[in-house]
Amino acid sequence: MKTNNIVTLNQMASGMSGIVQEIAGGHGLKRRLEALGIRPGCQVTKISSYFLRGPVTLRAGSTRIAIGYGMANRIFIHVNEHKGKDSERTS
Amino acid sequence: MKILLVGNPNVGKSAIFSRLTGTRIITSNYPGTTVEYTRGFLKRSQQQDEIIDVPGIYSLDPASAADRVAVDMLAEGDIIVNVIDATNLERNLNLTLQLTEKQIPMIVALNMWDDMRHRGVSIDATKLEQLLGVPVVPTVGVTSEGIRQLVDRLPEAVIPQGGPADSEERWKNIGEITSQTQTLTHRHHTFADILEDISNHPVGGFFVAVVVLLAAFWLVRFIGEGIINYIAGPLFDWVWTPLLEKLSILLGSGSFIHNILIGNLIDGQIDYFQSFGLLSTGLYIPFAAVLPYIIAFYFILGLMEDIGYLPRLAILMDTILHRLGLHGYAIIPTILGLGCNVPAIMATRILESKRERFIAATLICIAIPCAALQAMVIGLVGEHGIQYVAMVYGTLFVAWLVIGFILNSFVKGFSPELVIELPPYRMPPWRIIAEKLWLRIYGFIKEALPIVLGAVLVINILYTFGVFDFIASLTAPVISGLLGLPRETVIAIVLGFLRKDVAMGMLAPLSLTPEQLVISSTVLAMSFPCVATFVVLARELGVVNMLKATSIMLVTALIAGMLLNLILQ
Repeated sequence: MKTNNIVTLNQMASGMSGIVQEIAGGHGLKRRLEALGIRPGCQVTKISSYFLRGPVTLRAGSTRIAIGYGMANRIFIHVNEHKGKDSERTS
Repeated sequence: MKILLVGNPNVGKSAIFSRLTGTRIITSNYPGTTVEYTRGFLKRSQQQDEIIDVPGIYSLDPASAADRVAVDMLAEGDIIVNVIDATNLERNLNLTLQLTEKQIPMIVALNMWDDMRHRGVSIDATKLEQLLGVPVVPTVGVTSEGIRQLVDRLPEAVIPQGGPADSEERWKNIGEITSQTQTLTHRHHTFADILEDISNHPVGGFFVAVVVLLAAFWLVRFIGEGIINYIAGPLFDWVWTPLLEKLSILLGSGSFIHNILIGNLIDGQIDYFQSFGLLSTGLYIPFAAVLPYIIAFYFILGLMEDIGYLPRLAILMDTILHRLGLHGYAIIPTILGLGCNVPAIMATRILESKRERFIAATLICIAIPCAALQAMVIGLVGEHGIQYVAMVYGTLFVAWLVIGFILNSFVKGFSPELVIELPPYRMPPWRIIAEKLWLRIYGFIKEALPIVLGAVLVINILYTFGVFDFIASLTAPVISGLLGLPRETVIAIVLGFLRKDVAMGMLAPLSLTPEQLVISSTVLAMSFPCVATFVVLARELGVVNMLKATSIMLVTALIAGMLLNLILQ
């Protein structure tokens, strides 16, 4: 997975940014994410993830969003080459 | 004319609404449903328009039952006022462009105009107006900046150009509009941002939640007790009691009318918890025992809602709630349930699947005591020591976990996942908090007072005819044998169906031991929803599911009561 830089939202390290590559879900899931501004091609930054398979929080534009673990597993991100500013601490 | 306020959640729609309408606000149910919306009136020079605050939606493609109602309401509008959060133009425009396809005259309120500046965003409103083809007015709902202009330009609302587009085209369009109107500059890291960072951190967020919840509970008790001790209590003692004593002498203790209005004198005195007359206990319970806590609870809840804290709680609770077949968002109806189970069950509409709604509603009925019941538990059980109150709450919490776990394993259907926006923390808009608090207090008095008085009346009449003795001896084996309670407590538990606070009040004259009080108040809390909850439950879940939920409650209450009896006595 790491070789081509595409990871799921759960695998992505906190503080990293990337471009949404694919949302592997049904129409309903895509629709709900799209309404919040998350769609293929848009830039997102992961803020944090909660332990015990808790949700992931991320930023898309100026919106902060939390997404459940299972759903985050179906969102694939192309991680940016240059690392985010928090990367030393978290990755 | 009907003017609809439409926009994403958390864009300050209610602030604009409150500025437009002034004081006369009404909450109504959407016909045929139990989703509440607020409406009010706007006076313009010649006419009066109805303004409706449509529940916030992200898109016209509804995800939950609550969304669907909001979308359906659009058909009734003569003008749409689309409220946009200027700090979040791109996402908000998604709804705006979908609205333009509805062919309803429209005007845009570009709200949070002040907030935008120190977030390092600037928007060319004139350019935006050109591109959208509808009037765009910058506003600040909280300070009423721009509201005058918004009202003045209402007649300019026009049906926007352009036909239906698919989402691909729409996002392309949005991209073009934002790039032409919005410039991003340096963003200052504010104090609120730092707080946001801490509460988004898994560990930091946990500690913030502990502090916030402890502070909330402490404040609710502090305010509630303060009102009881310094306002409501003295009012009854100094003003009402002397009047009632005169009336008591006039009517003559022991007469039928005396029994109904004032009730039994305890040691020759009126005892507000034990006398059980319409004018004594019937007024004391709603106004002096319960209302203070209602005020305190809804004030703190309103603060948490409008600061934007609740979604953070949803994230933290997501992991636990997943084990119960729910997801984090279910914490919102659950917390509402601590005020009253009726709006809580209505609020389960924000959950997407039927399965979730069934589980959430059942759990709320079983394990979430309403403020009225809690006030009485704290008053009556708390007299014997805080540890007994803790036992009641502890049992309810364990039941919440266990029943949720069981339901999750057996109820068919699917539970979707959490997707939730974390709105930025905002300074509490005091005006809106005050208005909302007033609506909720007024709602409580309007709904609860007639039922409390009715319940007290019915209880008195049934007592006179000895109906209770009959019920008591019928159910004695269960009540005394399994639960270890004196048989008279069954009457309180059965009458919990009318109102839980009155039922708790009926336990007062029975001189129960602290342990018996713990058992009976736990059984009372779990066993049966009150009649108002019962009706909403049937409407929201359907009769069959309501009956299922009710049987689960009865079984749970009985088992919990038996276990408590085994452990405590």
